[in-house]
Amino acid sequence: MSALSPTFPWAAGAKDEYRACPVTTLKVDMHTERLVIANAVMAVVCLVLGGIAALLIALTRWQAIHLLDALWFYRLLTLHGIDMLVAWIVFFEMAGLHFGSTVLLNARHAAPKLAWLGFILMTVGGLMANFVVLFDTNSIVTFTAYVPMKAHPLFYLSYILFAVGALIAVITFFINIVVAKREKRFEGSLPLVVFGLMTAAILATYTLLEGAAAIVPAFFWSLGLMDLDPGIYRNFFWGFGHPAQQVNLAAMVAIWYALAQMTVGIRPLNEKFSRLAFILYLFFINLGSAHHLLVDPGLTFGWKAVNTSYAMYLAVLGSMMHAFSIPAAMEVALRAKGYRKGLFGWLRNGPWNEPGFGALVMSMILFGWIGGVTGVTIGTEQINMLAHNTLRLPGHFHATVVGGTTTAFMGFTYYVIPLIFRKELKLKKWATWQPYVFGFGTMLVSLGMITSGLQGVSRRNWDITFSGAIPGTVNLTLAILGIGALIAVAGGIMYVTVVLVSILTGPRLEASSLLLTAGTHNPLLESTKLTDQQMEDKQNQPRGTLVLVFAFLVWFAVYYLTNWWLLGRTWFIR
Amino acid sequence: MLAPEQTWWKPMGRLEKTWLTVALVWCIFLTIMMPLWYFMGKQNVPTETYRTTPQDYAAKVNEFVATYQVGEENGVPIVAPPPGSDVYLRASTWQWYPILQLEKGKEYRLHVSSMDYNHGFSLQPVNINLQVVPGYDYVATITPTTTGEFTIVCNEYCFLGHHTMIGKIIVK
Repeated sequence: MSALSPTFPWAAGAKDEYRACPVTTLKVDMHTERLVIANAVMAVVCLVLGGIAALLIALTRWQAIHLLDALWFYRLLTLHGIDMLVAWIVFFEMAGLHFGSTVLLNARHAAPKLAWLGFILMTVGGLMANFVVLFDTNSIVTFTAYVPMKAHPLFYLSYILFAVGALIAVITFFINIVVAKREKRFEGSLPLVVFGLMTAAILATYTLLEGAAAIVPAFFWSLGLMDLDPGIYRNFFWGFGHPAQQVNLAAMVAIWYALAQMTVGIRPLNEKFSRLAFILYLFFINLGSAHHLLVDPGLTFGWKAVNTSYAMYLAVLGSMMHAFSIPAAMEVALRAKGYRKGLFGWLRNGPWNEPGFGALVMSMILFGWIGGVTGVTIGTEQINMLAHNTLRLPGHFHATVVGGTTTAFMGFTYYVIPLIFRKELKLKKWATWQPYVFGFGTMLVSLGMITSGLQGVSRRNWDITFSGAIPGTVNLTLAILGIGALIAVAGGIMYVTVVLVSILTGPRLEASSLLLTAGTHNPLLESTKLTDQQMEDKQNQPRGTLVLVFAFLVWFAVYYLTNWWLLGRTWFIR
Repeated sequence: MLAPEQTWWKPMGRLEKTWLTVALVWCIFLTIMMPLWYFMGKQNVPTETYRTTPQDYAAKVNEFVATYQVGEENGVPIVAPPPGSDVYLRASTWQWYPILQLEKGKEYRLHVSSMDYNHGFSLQPVNINLQVVPGYDYVATITPTTTGEFTIVCNEYCFLGHHTMIGKIIVK
């Protein structure tokens, strides 16, 4: 491969430096390996910081404990948002982008220096944000930092550094793909997982540009150099804030396909169907920034209705397509192995001990059944009046970003450790249980928040009960939130322990098998790929999945229509 | 994860087509619900908005309070405007001003704006939530359908005293 001369100036100095992975037979570029390790380590550091904050703020909202004073509650709430919603997830995604654009294409990292520059900017920005919020009381402005609440200029600068760093890392993803294509490292289309990551990268690009449109003016405004309209800031901020979560969505779905292939050996039922679903994200998901502006002054019904519905719920359609195609592919793969009994025999016989499988299932359930359904409902223009800024909102996004994205990323980490860190995964039993513990805790957190929010409890509030407006039953639902948080934090500690023990102890060891608990079977090898006959066999068709998605639709309809009924009972307003 | 075959553009299977059709129909239903409720429903998000400044808005609130004040509670005036009139509510760190006294079943034009940061108008336990943004005079035409004392909680973080920002609406 090194015989091919580089055709791009930025790739000129880069040396080809590979190792061959004995398990997957893929070539691992050494620059990529180091970049993935660095980004993954920073991701886990931010997860730990955000996790400590999560525990303390949850124990404050749990009325029976009410741990922190107001100042520290709001301070750690700000930190929690920055470290979790941005830092942990984006660092992990950058690791995924470096990995996807090189290893999965058998290609080299064509711009390692640029990638390191991005990493350093992100690290400096992330640490600076933590530092400013911890030591400057005026910068306790929460993650959204709505103008005209003025934080220290360094607060905005830290956002800018992080975002510019992320943008640079995303650009290296595109460079890698173009170079790999030019150098003929892969034939034909991108693999589906890389296609999904590409969707995430494109979404990330315009998301970060919109972030710049919000935060750069805020930075100059904080220095007293310009005026900034609070309504306009909100519009641009959410052009960044909500699509940033859609980047997570696209990356998570890509990881779902990867986990499904690694643990069950799926072959996508129909590449066109799955790719079309990603394309729908690409075109429509950015409109969702309106979700945060539905009860804002100054915007018309038409603008809100078109944007909040992603034109015609077309991005929701994309998610519903993945919600079918992934479990359906899993069903076909498991039926092809002989688990054909009844509608759900395949599911009972899934590799439940395999952490990647557990993480995949928990992630899909929490994301779809709780996160997706509640998100579409509270994102409905009129229903949003019942939900705006209540705990129903964090209830929704803890199901998507924590239950969905974070659980999937955690599950994926267990494969990164042997394949990229080249360390044996330790505490395998813990790894098996971790997705279930973490997922269950997150589910309780989410349900506690949603049921509290339904009773009117607002988010980002140190103590709502003393206002006397809120029924006493919230003490119960807030306790569910608190108990769930304890369980989820226990799951988080299990994750960090497994990761740390694995990478800090034991010698460097080439991986010997892909799966962690299920022997030496390797679904990534070409020879194990399902045949056309197996895919088309009548016995193997995903009938069980069709039942599951219809059950999902019924639950969706019940929850959605119940909310219209609730809205119809409140005061008249127009 | 690995590269697909050269030609992956194949027709969809029967189950895929079924689900895609059902999901699309559901999405269309979700889309139709919003305009349907906009024309038929009695609870719609207000859209009437005017540009204002904190000074102008504060002057209107003061004039409103001076005209219709009927009492006082803990230093905050209680104001009972006539049905159908313009009602002015002021949000500032960390107070809702004044206390409003309304009549059940009567319509009011409720103006709300902020003197400083973003605030959140959250009427409990009715559970109506609106965003309050400085510089914007947001007009909600409301009709109380229940009687009693209702609390206005601020549900947009407005710095460290945020949770103490509590107001009141009385409906007779």
